[in-house]
Parts: sequence; structure tokens; C-alpha cells
Amino acid sequence: MENNVEPEYAIVTNDLSIHYGSYTAVKGVNVKVEKQKITAIIGPSGCGKSTLLRSFNRMNDFVPNCRVTGELLLQGQNLYSKDVDPVEARRRIGMVFQKPNPFPKSIYENIAWGARINGFKGNMDELVEQSLRGAALWEEVKDLLQKSAYELSGGQQQRLCIARTIAIQPEIILMDEPASALDPISTLRIEELMQELKKNYTIIIVTHNMQQAARASDYTAMMMIDDQRSGGVIEFDDTKKIFTRPKDKRTEDYVTGRFG
Amino acid sequence: MNPNKNHFPEGDAFRRELNGRYRSATIGEVLFLSALLIAVISLTALLYNIVDGAFGYTAYEYKVDPSTITSKPLNELTQPELVEVLKANISKGAYNKLNNEQAMETRSQADLLSLVLERIIRIDTKAVWSLSDSLFHKTEIEAEVAEKYPDAKLEFRTWLTMNFITAPMSSRAEFAGARTAILGSLWLVGIAVLFALPIGVGAAVYLQEYAPKNLFTRIIQTNINNLAGVPSIVYGMLGLALFVRVLEPLTSGSIFGVTDSNGRTVFAAGLTMGVLVLPLIIINAQEAIKAVPDSLRQAAYGVGATRWQTIWHHVLPNSVAGILTGTILSISRAIGETAPLIVVGASTFITVDPDGLFSKFTALPIQIFNWTTRAQPEFHAIAASAIIVLMVLLLSLNATAILLRNRFQRRL
Ligand SMILES: Nc1ncnc2c1ncn2[C@@H]1O[C@H](COP(=O)(O)OP(=O)(O)OP(=O)(O)O)[C@@H](O)[C@H]1O
Ligand SMILES: [Mg+2]
Repeated sequence: MENNVEPEYAIVTNDLSIHYGSYTAVKGVNVKVEKQKITAIIGPSGCGKSTLLRSFNRMNDFVPNCRVTGELLLQGQNLYSKDVDPVEARRRIGMVFQKPNPFPKSIYENIAWGARINGFKGNMDELVEQSLRGAALWEEVKDLLQKSAYELSGGQQQRLCIARTIAIQPEIILMDEPASALDPISTLRIEELMQELKKNYTIIIVTHNMQQAARASDYTAMMMIDDQRSGGVIEFDDTKKIFTRPKDKRTEDYVTGRFG
Repeated sequence: MNPNKNHFPEGDAFRRELNGRYRSATIGEVLFLSALLIAVISLTALLYNIVDGAFGYTAYEYKVDPSTITSKPLNELTQPELVEVLKANISKGAYNKLNNEQAMETRSQADLLSLVLERIIRIDTKAVWSLSDSLFHKTEIEAEVAEKYPDAKLEFRTWLTMNFITAPMSSRAEFAGARTAILGSLWLVGIAVLFALPIGVGAAVYLQEYAPKNLFTRIIQTNINNLAGVPSIVYGMLGLALFVRVLEPLTSGSIFGVTDSNGRTVFAAGLTMGVLVLPLIIINAQEAIKAVPDSLRQAAYGVGATRWQTIWHHVLPNSVAGILTGTILSISRAIGETAPLIVVGASTFITVDPDGLFSKFTALPIQIFNWTTRAQPEFHAIAASAIIVLMVLLLSLNATAILLRNRFQRRL
């Protein structure tokens, strides 16, 4: 879908760096994340993928002595400027974690709670159904809505977490290795789901699975650590290009499995 | 071929080495088993010792012969007849006082009977035997009574009765009850919990969820941990200085217009107990809050919850079992404490129940201590009964703690 109009960006970073105390975990990231696309972040373990992803919705506010420098612009506004409320930011930028973490409540409450605390006034039953359908879980759980979410399988729990995130209707959904603990079938379902979700949301996903990145994403950011153990984005491009004609030798080694 | 292979013993050497390992395993097992046996024996000895004192034969005489006041056997008297007997045999002032406490007509027959025994006939206990003596040396006891106290009656007495629990304090062991002390203990614990639970949980929430991890909070944390181990008498001194003396206007109720008390009230003692259990409650609550996994907090923040919403809807509900268990265990500690109560001025002889924050009070351990220091053996028997009451109280508290834990515990 090539066109000439400048694409709209959900997130633009300007020399974004993230520090844990005196250690710089992520250094000098400049990326533009396009709206309603899936952007994958790949790279070896410990290169700062989770750190970078958490900085996108200020989840690292909870990490002691974590500091962010540079700019992270959402529609032109810096997420880290003083007048941005982190709670509001997290409501606009949802997150799905690596390990499924449903609330120890009923399936229904798992979805309703986030909506309720954000002041949702509409029909809750409808919202729950719509979110569960959106996460491709409705058919499996429609008769068990009052059951504890802990009775679901790992894959179902992860989809419930996705449903919980889309229930608050964020603009961007961040996913940190959402399928790493799942079997291939559940993984595929989540990938299909992402294709569905991208019609309405911007998705950023961290993954260790090269096929998944190649299959499911539109853009790919390749991260790697430098000699000071600081991670950085060494290449950011169309997924096709990254996997077929990468510019950087390290990217080529990594995506073809010759890394390390 | 692995070059290290020939460094391992083989064949017979291996078997010898293995037998050596089995021997040390057996020695270990025997040691642990004997440790368990010693523990069980000491606990059994403790239980035996207490129960032994609370039941047994007693030889007593009536100071006034019942036949001089009524023609019927005492326990066949009806309720109105007993009232008549009382009216006729005790002073008018004493009768009116009793009547004011509870109208005679509404008292039960058993209640009146014990009044008659206590006030008119009066029991003089000559000797008390333990349960084991009573069971195994019955004939010797009978012979001894026949010889030494020819007029005395020998009776198997259960010192721990319903009456013992419900009767107020008395200077005669035969009629003394633990009600005043039980109520005093309950008041103390109630005040202590109402004071320490909200403050303790609040402090724990702040330390776990808000406080930055810096030197200052580490110092506070270390202090709290150390305070939990400070001897209770030190808390008594604190209570005396702070609640009894400095805050006397508050703890005596004088700022609320109460005039008939000084600072040595159940309120001051309850607050002292509250401070005593505060570190325990804080530490237990912190542990319970710590046990809530971070992934749950992240889940809540991830859907746009504020810190308060996360704490109120997720952290606290998922730690309430641990918090309650910790609180109840702290109460068990408070209920058995004696030293701080003596320091802040518990009464050792008091017949009126505590009826408010500013009453004088006594507590079970104080009462037990007081009774065991008396010379007469009948007081030792009621001390043993009071110990059983205290232990049952502790046991039921611990059982409640376990039930609550099972009831509220959620799978995380
Ligand atoms: N809370 C923290 N405090 C201090 N250092 C941290 C913290 N979290 C991560 N780091 C460090 O930051 C670096 C990047 O970690 P991060 O978790 O972002 O890596 P990652 O790319 O997600 O790795 P993986 O693929 O294994 O999940 C690592 O060196 C890690 O040790
Ligand atoms: Mg990670």
C-alpha cells in the first residue's frame, strides 16, 4: 500500500536513552512508529527490548532509579514532560506482558475492572463481550464469565489479557513477548489476532521468534548492545527489507541465525 | 574415556563409602527424632501440670451449719426460698447492694445458692489434692481426711466450671471467678487491635508501596524489626511514661469529663499493648503485601490504574489473609503479656467488670500471677483453671487465624 502522503506516526523518539542508575541500558534510539501497523522489536537477550518497550507507556516509573532522557513524542507531545500524567498515558497505551497476568478475579471482572476505574459509563456486558470477541476468546468463555480467570489455560489467559487491554480502548498496544510461553497453536491465534487488531490499533511487539517477526510485522527494529553493554536500535526498516536485504551485517547474522 | 572417572570409588570401596553415608543419615534421623520427643515431652508435662491442678479432691467444712438456717437440704431450696434465706441472714446493706447489682427475683437458683454458700454458710477449705493424687491415692486421702478433719466433707471438685468463668473476683477462692479478668483481657486486646491494626497496616502499605528504597527507609525498617524483639517490660515503661503520665488527661478521660479515674485505665493499658504489637503487625503486614506478585501490580497499572486503585483493589484484598493471620498471632502475644500490665498499673484485686475505656482493669495473666503467689492451695487450683481458660483462648485465636487464612487465601 504505497502512497505519497506522509504516514501518520503514533510514536516518534528523539535520541531516547534509558538508564538504570549509572548504567545506560538503552542509548540514542531514533525511531518513528507508524500508526495502525505492527512494529516488531528483535534482538538478543539483554539488549534492552523490554526496557525500551516499558518506556513507551512509562511502566518503568516503577523501576527504582530508572531514568529516561531524550524525547518520546506522542502526537507531538513529549511523554516525559512534566505536564503529562503517567496514568493517562498508560490508559492510552496499553500493555500486554510476557507472562499472562490476569487479575485473581472472574473473567468478567478482569475486563470490567479496567473499564470501570477509567470511568466507563456504557453497557458493561456489551463491552466485555466485544472485548472478548476482539481477543478471539468469546466463543471459549462465554458460558464461564463468572469463573476465575485462573482456571483458563495459559494461552487463554494471555488472550484475556489482550481483551482486558483492548477493553479500555487504547491507541497503542505494547506486547512484550506475548507468545513466549504459549504453544504454536496459541501463538498463531495471537498472531491472527494482531492482524485483526491492527485495523484499529498501533501495535508494538517484542519477540524472540524470527518467523513471528517476519510473518506478522510491518516494520522491524533490530537492537544490539555496544561495547559498553548499552543497547541501541541498529536498524529500523520494513520487515521485508530487514529479513531479505538488511543493511547491517549484524542484523543479517542475527536474522539468519548466525549470531553469537 | 573420562579422565576423572577413576577418581570415584568403585566396587567394594564405593559400597563402604555408601554405608558410611547411610550411617550419618541414621545418626541425623535419631537426633531429629530425639529433639521432637523432648519437645513433645515438655509440652505434655506442661499440659499435665496445669490440668493436674484444676481438678481433684477437696476437703472442706461449713463455717455455719446449713441445718441452722433451713430445714431442707440446701440444693433442694427453690428460688424464692433462697431469696428468703438471704434476706434473713445477711445485713440489710449487703442485701440491698446485691439487689442493686442484679434484682434478686431475676437471679437463677444456682446463682442464689452460691450466694448463700458464700455469704452465710461460708466454706472453709481444709485441703486440696491434685488430679493424679485424687485418682491414684483415693483411700489414703479418705483416711487422711477422716483423721485430720473429722468434720470435713470430701468432694471431687472441678475448679474450672462455668461458674468460674462467669463469676466475678472474690477473696474466697471457692467462689472466685475469672470474669473480670477475662473481660479485662478482651478489652485490652480490643483496644490494642483497634489502635494497632489500622496504623500497622497503613505503615506497612506505605513502606512497601510508596517509600523510596533509600538509607532513611532502611533505617526505619531495621528499627521496626528490632522493636519487635524489645522485651515487653520496656513497652510497659513506655506506656507508663507516655499513656499513664503524659497523656493522662486523655487516658483517664478527664478531658471527656470523667472524674473518678487516674491514668491507670484499661485505655492506657490497651494502648500500651497496641504499641507492643505494632511492630509485629507491621512486619506481618509487610510480608503479606510483599507476597503479592509484582505482575499483579503491573497488570493494574497497565490498564491505567492509579497507585491507590492498585493498592485498594488488588494489593490489599490479596494480602488480607496474611494481615489478619499476623494480627491474630500478635494478639496471642498480647493476651499472654503480664509485665507491661503490671507496670502500667493493672489492679490485682478488683470485683467490678471494666465497663468503658476509663475503667480500672485486671487481666487473665495478672490474675493468674496473683493467685499463684497466694499461700492457700485452693488459689493454686483456680490459678490452674485460669491458665486453662487462657490457653483455650489462645488456641481458639490461633484456630481462627488458620480458618481466616484458608478462607481468604487466593491462588496467585
Ligand atoms: N530493573 C532493572 N534494574 C537494573 N537493570 C535492569 C533492570 N531491568 C533490566 N535491566 C538491565 O537492562 C538491560 C536490558 O534488559 P531488558 O530486560 O530490557 O532486556 P531484553 O532485551 O528485554 O532481554 P530479554 O530478551 O532477555 O527479555 C539488561 O542488562 C538488564 O540487566
Ligand atoms: Mg525482555
